[in-house]
Amino acid sequence: MILRGITALLLLIFSQNIRAQEILLPEGLSDLSTMSQEDDAEQGLPFDLSGFLESRIGTRLQSDALQKQMSLGEMRLQIDIEKALEKLTINFVSDFLYDPVLNDHSVDLEKGQGFVDIRKANITFSPMDFLDVKMGRQVLTWGTGDLIFINDLFPKDWNSFFIGRDDEYLKAPSDAIKTAFFFGDLNLDIIYMPRFDADRFIDGTRISFYDRGTGGPRGRANPVIDDRPDGWFENDELAARLYRSFGAIETAAYYYSGYWKSPAGQDMATGNATFPKLQTFGVSARGPISKGIATIEVGYYKSEAGSALNPLVRNDEFRFLVGYEQEVAAELTGSVQYYLERKLSYDDYLASLPVGAIKDRQNRHIFTIRLTKLLMQQNLRLGLFNFYSPSDKDGYLRLKASYKIRDNLKIEAGGNIFYGQVDHSFFGQFKDTSNIFTALQYSF
Amino acid sequence: MTYLFKALLVLSVFWAGSASPALALDVMEVVKKANHVSYYKGDDGRAKVNMRIIDDQGRERLREFVILRKDNDQTDGGQKFYVYFNKPADVKKMVFMVIKNMDRDDDRWLYLPALDLVKRIAASDERTSFVGSHFYYEDVSGRGINEDNHVLVEENDNFYVVKSTPKDPKSVEFSSYKSWIHKATFLPVKTEYYDDQGQKIRSYTALKVEVVSGHPTVTSASMEDHRSGGKTVMNYSAVKYDVGLPDKIFSERYLRKAPIKYLR
Repeated sequence: MILRGITALLLLIFSQNIRAQEILLPEGLSDLSTMSQEDDAEQGLPFDLSGFLESRIGTRLQSDALQKQMSLGEMRLQIDIEKALEKLTINFVSDFLYDPVLNDHSVDLEKGQGFVDIRKANITFSPMDFLDVKMGRQVLTWGTGDLIFINDLFPKDWNSFFIGRDDEYLKAPSDAIKTAFFFGDLNLDIIYMPRFDADRFIDGTRISFYDRGTGGPRGRANPVIDDRPDGWFENDELAARLYRSFGAIETAAYYYSGYWKSPAGQDMATGNATFPKLQTFGVSARGPISKGIATIEVGYYKSEAGSALNPLVRNDEFRFLVGYEQEVAAELTGSVQYYLERKLSYDDYLASLPVGAIKDRQNRHIFTIRLTKLLMQQNLRLGLFNFYSPSDKDGYLRLKASYKIRDNLKIEAGGNIFYGQVDHSFFGQFKDTSNIFTALQYSF
Repeated sequence: MTYLFKALLVLSVFWAGSASPALALDVMEVVKKANHVSYYKGDDGRAKVNMRIIDDQGRERLREFVILRKDNDQTDGGQKFYVYFNKPADVKKMVFMVIKNMDRDDDRWLYLPALDLVKRIAASDERTSFVGSHFYYEDVSGRGINEDNHVLVEENDNFYVVKSTPKDPKSVEFSSYKSWIHKATFLPVKTEYYDDQGQKIRSYTALKVEVVSGHPTVTSASMEDHRSGGKTVMNYSAVKYDVGLPDKIFSERYLRKAPIKYLR
């Protein structure tokens, strides 16, 4: 009792001190008034317009006899137009660019070549409560990997990725109809691509690669000629994802039916690269563990019938990925991943290989690490991503620093460093592509 | 001597019987009410937020986003947030979604429209900058009232003044903070954070209050960082409560397809 009394007394004395500080009432509090609900529709244009203008240049760190020294030197304007109507949203995103590193500027909207690259041209609507439909050119992504894709078989642009364009360009657009069904907890996406959309793969035009057929590098003078399955409704693709959450754990099952996205075979007669048929089945889960987010994803790649004994067609594969990301210090996030690519029917693969051909190992292991640090009130971002394969003894280091000079002005610089012990390994073959780049981007 | 002692005893009994218990018992009520009016008005809410981030050199950055909030129930506990960015241009149409849990770390997602990527992001320290501003995540979504010990240090005509000391001092950058809670509305009008030397390191100031659907609402506030010299001024417009936001808005479906109806 006495103690409480004394405490109260002390509090009273203590509070006398504080009272000296003058606290002003905020505007409106002494005389409470109702907020005016003005309609701040500052509509100037009849649609929503945004985009950016950027200049980006890059150079190889060593010379590649088969390529120009400059790896990149482009001016790019992106226009993003969106119009939301009562029942329908229209979105159009197109890039206009000029890059003297390439000699051919004729427009090919599939390969992303030329002055125009339409990234999105679609309409979105919900014909029923439980259904969303997106029709037209769109960028699609699913799965749990960080820069590693197992069940995401939407087209990638490896050229953009390796020469230092913004991360968004790793994804090439698809011409598709996406239907998304929402049945309470259970959801289903079905995506139909009436004509096969291949990766914008490394074909020698911009980046040299190791040609196992000739046993040497291949570059811009002699790019890959491919036999692309390109019949409308005949060479189509279907991708599906069934997903639901269990508490904080997100799970999904995937299916794909189409073709290997980058060449995975060769025509015996012409020597042209081919895209054999492919079906994939997979599952994934993602959820919080400890202080971070853990992911796991597996996939079974079923190649064309008879692939096991056909040296000209890539075999069936099993793919596995596990990852973990967490904040490791203030404004510093780290993540690690382990990825396995395992050839199935390996004995058949070995038996069918021509004499003297390069033998791949049955298992390809890759470890990745990512570190992202934000500094200066998040205006400076430093990023590192490294792929390392102990089985191939090669790797790929991506570095990037970007600084926002103003809200709409960003400068960035980075590097893409490939390393490896042999010339034919996955990353090792791009050693001569190692490059640094810098860019200035104005967004509006 | 005995008289004096008796007098003191009587006096202390008087305090113990009225003033002291009133202080000790009521401080949690005050804190609860302040938490409610700051973060849980109505069943849900929507606001357009404009943030001016000003550094010590006076350079300004702007953020503009719409925030949708829905409470899980009436217990001032779990909540869902959907934050849709309009400015700056390079983050336009990005969405940040948070499911605030009471029993474990929050679940967070980021949607990147250019890649159509729904990224799950690891919960970060609640006391790091929210979108580069001087406000912390915790300032925007609320700090658990049971994470601190609260003492009512003063009561005057206008304010309850509450001093709060963290139960786990290692988890935060301050050693205590003091809030001036407006008596009539329970809105915290000022909050000052101190380091272990008693130096003021951050301060929050409500700059403007307006009534929206009967709820007195802070529509302009600033957060100053006294160590770096910078500050952020946050202005709210188009504030609305009890919008009737469906639960399903806070899902992957609406990350990929923004619920435009509620964002205008």
